[in-house]
Amino acid sequence: MSEADIGVRLTDPSRLPTISSETQLRAVLASLAGVDAVGAEARVAKLATRSIKTSSKRRALDLIVSMIDLTTLEGADTPGRVSAMCAKARRPDPRDLSVPSVAAVCVYPDLVEGAKRHLEGSSVAVAAVATAFPSGRASLAVKLLDVSEAVAAGADEIDMVIDRGAFLSGRLGQVFDEIVAVKAACGSAHLKVILETGELVTYDNVRRASWLAMLAGADFIKTSTGKVPVAATPPVALVMLEAVRDFAESTGRVVGVKVAGGIRSAKDAIRYLVIVNETAGATWLRPETFRFGASSLLNDVLMQRLKQTRGAYVRPEEFSGD
Amino acid sequence: MAENELATPPLGTFGYDPAPESSTIARLRESYGLFIGGDFSDAASHEQFATLNPATGAPLASVAQANASDVDRAVAAARHAYDTVWSTMSGSERAKYLFRIARIIQERARELAVVETLDNGKPIRESRDIDIPLAAAHFFYYAGWADKLEHAGYGSSPRPVGVAGQIIPWNFPLLMAAWKLAPALAAGNTCVLKPAETTPLSALVLAEILQQAELPPGVVNIVTGDGAVGAALVDHPGVDKIAFTGSTEVGRLIQRRVASSAKHLTLELGGKGANIVFDDAPIDEMIEGIIDGIFFNQGHVCCAGSRLLVQETIADEVLRRLVRRVEQLRVGDPLDKNTDVGAINSAAQLARIHELANAGEAEGATRYASSCVLPENGFWFAPTIFANVSSSHRIAREEIFGPVLSVLTFRTPDEAVAKANDTNYGLACGVWSEKGSRTLWVAERLRAGVIWANTYNRFDPTSPFGGVRESGFGREGGRHGLEAYLDV
Repeated sequence: MSEADIGVRLTDPSRLPTISSETQLRAVLASLAGVDAVGAEARVAKLATRSIKTSSKRRALDLIVSMIDLTTLEGADTPGRVSAMCAKARRPDPRDLSVPSVAAVCVYPDLVEGAKRHLEGSSVAVAAVATAFPSGRASLAVKLLDVSEAVAAGADEIDMVIDRGAFLSGRLGQVFDEIVAVKAACGSAHLKVILETGELVTYDNVRRASWLAMLAGADFIKTSTGKVPVAATPPVALVMLEAVRDFAESTGRVVGVKVAGGIRSAKDAIRYLVIVNETAGATWLRPETFRFGASSLLNDVLMQRLKQTRGAYVRPEEFSGD
Repeated sequence: MAENELATPPLGTFGYDPAPESSTIARLRESYGLFIGGDFSDAASHEQFATLNPATGAPLASVAQANASDVDRAVAAARHAYDTVWSTMSGSERAKYLFRIARIIQERARELAVVETLDNGKPIRESRDIDIPLAAAHFFYYAGWADKLEHAGYGSSPRPVGVAGQIIPWNFPLLMAAWKLAPALAAGNTCVLKPAETTPLSALVLAEILQQAELPPGVVNIVTGDGAVGAALVDHPGVDKIAFTGSTEVGRLIQRRVASSAKHLTLELGGKGANIVFDDAPIDEMIEGIIDGIFFNQGHVCCAGSRLLVQETIADEVLRRLVRRVEQLRVGDPLDKNTDVGAINSAAQLARIHELANAGEAEGATRYASSCVLPENGFWFAPTIFANVSSSHRIAREEIFGPVLSVLTFRTPDEAVAKANDTNYGLACGVWSEKGSRTLWVAERLRAGVIWANTYNRFDPTSPFGGVRESGFGREGGRHGLEAYLDV
């Protein structure tokens, strides 16, 4: 391998090669350190004992709201439901204007146009799940068409799924190429790459898939579709946050992390913030670099927030559904 | 290091607000007596000494200073209880008491955790999540053995030793009491326990628990005071066994003093544990393991991984990550639930850590210390890493017993083993590698009582713990731990 092949000086360990062959991709991924499952799980269990109270809790709750991708991904979604969700995204608690807007709404591509209209003039972005979400079982041409229609309809962010079958059978080049192609189809839209960690199963796979997605140009790496039994878990988030931290150190490029699926309580969300804080660092504690894909989480955060100011819990019915 | 400067800003802070546990939960009394024959009583001399909160330097309570006549009284009480009650009681009856003690420890866990943190200086997270639960677990575990001793592999009807004199250190006060008492009681011995001078309080709360459990009077006696009390216990002719955990220096003295007697002896002494890191190790978990290996309990751990042996190919990266991680450790109020590193236990220990750290610098090692702001009062030492340490440096040979890590490098597995074994001690080692065959190859060649693979400082009542060479002899924990308290 000459220096020109890999685009770096061999003596400079801090720069990553530009990937130009599957062999090279395989070598880079194989060079990553393994993850000791027992150790990773012990680490998050320890971080879960952090006690976040009073003013740090208030700040954390607002931060969580600003990081939410308010999501509805049901076959039964209607334009009316999306319009209600957009109103809530803009102004999560109409009685309290100090509550920030959420980061984005996340919908199927056919609902992007309506969502975009409802959110005009707000800071809330519209994210669309594309590439034959959630299974990813379609030809590349179909996936790219899915993406470009969503982008044409005004999507600011695209949440794509990787081909888990290809990844698990070792066709890493195919997974890489698809991400590169989708990234190109995104244009200026941000690309979140869903690894579906519940199907990758091992932490070693999560680490390798994270690096693969980042090398292929992902702006975000995301845990899950929310459509398989195992979604985001704290140790998976830990491994992905280690990956974005190490990637930023070696390439200078900061990639975000989105945890999605199964995060319903403010308490759980705060635990994720602690993991972000003590793994990737405070640099990542912004909506530009960390997101929660969730629907019912928002109301629990609002309830906790109100409890902080009023000193007592209010009834869950006080908050609108999505 | 220069070529590996961080591309992104260093880890920031999320500014966790103080979350202190309330010190009133400890329900400390103003003064404590000696626990002899099931009751608290004054010392013969009526002398008291103060035990301090090392995090503030303020006195917590006053505690009776025993003398030789008090020790005499305690041994007599233990002998009487041995002859009349405990040695004749069936194993299943003894087990009931041990189970009861374990359950009451669990019920009073929060109180015990706060007492331990106040008296010792360790973070409440550790006393709450490690010390107290493990202490209860030891009583539960040995309760299970009490009626099964004939199946332990020490003969068909193993006999207890008699009266055990047990001297414990200040680093894990309640846990060490549990390590000593639980197997001794299960095997049918009675005990005279001498807690460390600087940390007597949790043992005295344990005495209340023993009363609550209605343990027959005299089965456990607790005498507090300075080293002279321990010496009186060691020399007492009525004691059949001495179990000591503490420094190698004192262990040597004790061995000399019991040499001319028929006393049984087990010693758990110092260490200079090597944590061996190969370049295929799971790096993130390994960094956590190194940090936990040396900064757990402020490094006041006899089996601490105080020597890091790192393969030269990854030495720079490991050091860079360690320095970054040390900066993240939250040092301060031990009662704060978010504190990672608490106070040094005593002024004397702090002086020793300073002396050795200064020696490290003077001998040419490179010092990286956390920039954390240390509290003004009390005894504190910032977590510290020394790089470029050579095997002949004092900080590579002597036990510092503080939050100070010495980093050495190696190139081949043989060199790693040679360096790890280049010590007078032999308590514990860690091996980090994703290659099982190499881990086993290295582990077979290490001269240490405990070898951890891809983890460090992991304790369990079912697992024997103890050292070789100057780290002592005898095992605590597991089936092996019974041998120390059986006449075999």
